[in-house]
Amino acid sequence: MTTDRTIAFVRTEDVPAMPPPPNAVGPVRWIKDNLFATPANSVLTILAILAIYMILNGTVPWMVNGIWASPSLAVCREILDGASGACFAVLGERWNQLLFGFQYPADLYWRPGLAFVLLFFAAAPVLFFDLPRKLLIFTALYPFIAYWLIWGGSIFGPLLALVGIVAGALFYQRFVKNSFAIGFFGAIAVAFVVWTIGGAILPDGGITEGAMRSVPSRDLGGFMLNMMLGVTCVSLSLPIGIALALGRQSSMPIIKLICVIFIEFVRGVPLITLLFVANVMLGYFFPPGSGVDLFLRVVIMITMFSAAYIAEVIRGGLAALPKGQYEAGDSLGLDYAQAMRLIILPQALKISIPGIVNVSVGLFKDTTLVSVISMFDLVGMIRGPILASVEWQGVYWELFGFAALLFFITCYGISQYSQWLERRLATDHR
Amino acid sequence: MKKTAFYGALAVAGLAASTASAATLDDVKARGVLNCGVTTGLVGFASPDANGVWNGFDVGVCRAVAAAVLGDSDAVEFVPTTGKTRFTALASGEIDVLARNTTWTFSRDVDLKFEFVGINYYDGQGFMVPRDLGVASAKDLDGATVCIQTGTTTELNLADFFRSNSISYEPVPIETNAEAQQQYIAGACDVYTTDASGLAATRASFENPGDHVLLPEIISKEPLGPLVRHGDNDWGDIVRWSLNALIAAEELGVTSANVEELGAAPTGNPEVNRLLGTEGELGAMLGLEADWAKSAIAAGGNYGELFEKNIGENTPIGLARGLNAQWTDGGLLYSPPFR
Repeated sequence: MTTDRTIAFVRTEDVPAMPPPPNAVGPVRWIKDNLFATPANSVLTILAILAIYMILNGTVPWMVNGIWASPSLAVCREILDGASGACFAVLGERWNQLLFGFQYPADLYWRPGLAFVLLFFAAAPVLFFDLPRKLLIFTALYPFIAYWLIWGGSIFGPLLALVGIVAGALFYQRFVKNSFAIGFFGAIAVAFVVWTIGGAILPDGGITEGAMRSVPSRDLGGFMLNMMLGVTCVSLSLPIGIALALGRQSSMPIIKLICVIFIEFVRGVPLITLLFVANVMLGYFFPPGSGVDLFLRVVIMITMFSAAYIAEVIRGGLAALPKGQYEAGDSLGLDYAQAMRLIILPQALKISIPGIVNVSVGLFKDTTLVSVISMFDLVGMIRGPILASVEWQGVYWELFGFAALLFFITCYGISQYSQWLERRLATDHR
Repeated sequence: MKKTAFYGALAVAGLAASTASAATLDDVKARGVLNCGVTTGLVGFASPDANGVWNGFDVGVCRAVAAAVLGDSDAVEFVPTTGKTRFTALASGEIDVLARNTTWTFSRDVDLKFEFVGINYYDGQGFMVPRDLGVASAKDLDGATVCIQTGTTTELNLADFFRSNSISYEPVPIETNAEAQQQYIAGACDVYTTDASGLAATRASFENPGDHVLLPEIISKEPLGPLVRHGDNDWGDIVRWSLNALIAAEELGVTSANVEELGAAPTGNPEVNRLLGTEGELGAMLGLEADWAKSAIAAGGNYGELFEKNIGENTPIGLARGLNAQWTDGGLLYSPPFR
């Protein structure tokens, strides 16, 4: 073989890159890869497009043709004149009833509105722990402010409740070092003493005139009621659920027995049964007219219900922790409370977040069940007064669509927050 | 109209427990407000309007009683009740009177220990079919699919009717009236059956009411009336005679327009005088003011006026008087005499 062959051509630089063939790049490629990769895929894609088309074909003209100004369904139909179209006018005329119920005084709508806005400020430091801790003071005050805004009446009622709790807390701080039992039960006793004395001294809370006049619980309704029940019950049931979960794990037999019986009993009963008990049975135990407020009865029942579920979710989180974590706490010389607070619960709660959110979202939607005990929440308003009015009977899709939209916004918000929280708390290296 | 032994037991337990409210009249007067149980919403019978003010035929009864007792037709606290909570609300004393299109039946009267004080609407179960079906009588409905609310007396009535006429049907069970309307409109069933007043109200909400006909057969008796607890006959008398006053007023030609004039001074008709308190002591016998009936009639008008305003032929619901006409016009309304 010779080595000094004349070389006719040597490429000294790279060939310029050709553009890829048009079907291997850009939207065409994406469509090919994602929508028509295999024959089965193609069939599914076509079916899905057909389904979407049929849905949109039905709903878009219906939405676009929607009538927003009309005094009644009959007039809507006259305007539409046979064409397909929604009658959104019902939302325009009854929006206040959907949001606040039909009995809340119209000139006081700003009060629950303000309470709703303040809710975000109160919830923010709890939900986003990067915010300054000082904001938690407002969170602690919020329940009293919200109560005063929504129910109205004398400011002394909520103030007295606040003073009682503060007095109890001070007592607890002072005496808990000697003995937990003295501190805890003494604090409760002190709070009750303050409430009793204050209740005797202060004038009766009802105000009948003016911007802060009292609104009875019976007059609450609409989506406001769902929000109030949802927020109150979720925030109450979380600490109770934690206590129940720890109690169930406890080595003290009586505490454990009480917790197990409570959880198993409440979980074994449908929520609607508990609501009927709240509405109907409790009415028999109090003299007529002097019973405990229906709203409070319902809050207690729903809180019990969701606390039992949350307890089980958290127990799952506790069980998922390796035994070594408990032993680590013991070996550091931490007592029970410290070990739980510093080592066990932070990890267990982190594991339980999806479950807790699941229960919370479910609970929030379950608040619509109160419509069967003749409380006028959002669904109760639609099914009762609005669909029973001469003007609007026969309007279903618009009203229930609106209700679904409100619930979706809220529940989707909760879900998005929980996913953010999981990412934020992710300390493992997956 | 659903009723289970459970609620029956509750009601009985409630009666045993609540002996406190023996003198309902005193309680109502002390409270200054009548607690009246109504439905959470039934077209024409009771529903709050856009301003939250309750209106309707049953509501009119509540207002008349409040006017008779307290002299003020607005002194009513309307307590909305569902089919499931209505009896316990009454038995527990939460409400003083229940005016909620409740059918007067033997077991409710006797077993649940309530007292029906009269009948303010004679209803009955009817059928609605699309006009296209070309059916003129319920007896032609052999093999039809029927939308029927489960767990109600209407379901049992339907089975009885078809069996006694030896024809067959296929039930489409549904839960609520709203669902029934949707199913019927969507063509899931040929026939929708429920109380005739409900059918009329449902038909009125359709886009083309003329495309649907109500069949002439009424297959059950559904006398609807206000009721009170057993054990306080004085209070029962007051509610009974308030209702009778509305009915008698129509018979005697006393309306909300002329009641002031007729009640100002004795007229030539002694029964009108006794009713309106310008003669005799009827009000005092009930423990009420002499002009109790005058107030009751002035509240919303006599029976006929209430009917016309809320469910009559000039409203979208468009119910004819039918059985609910005065006995002098061939109906069943027949108030005992005021003397």
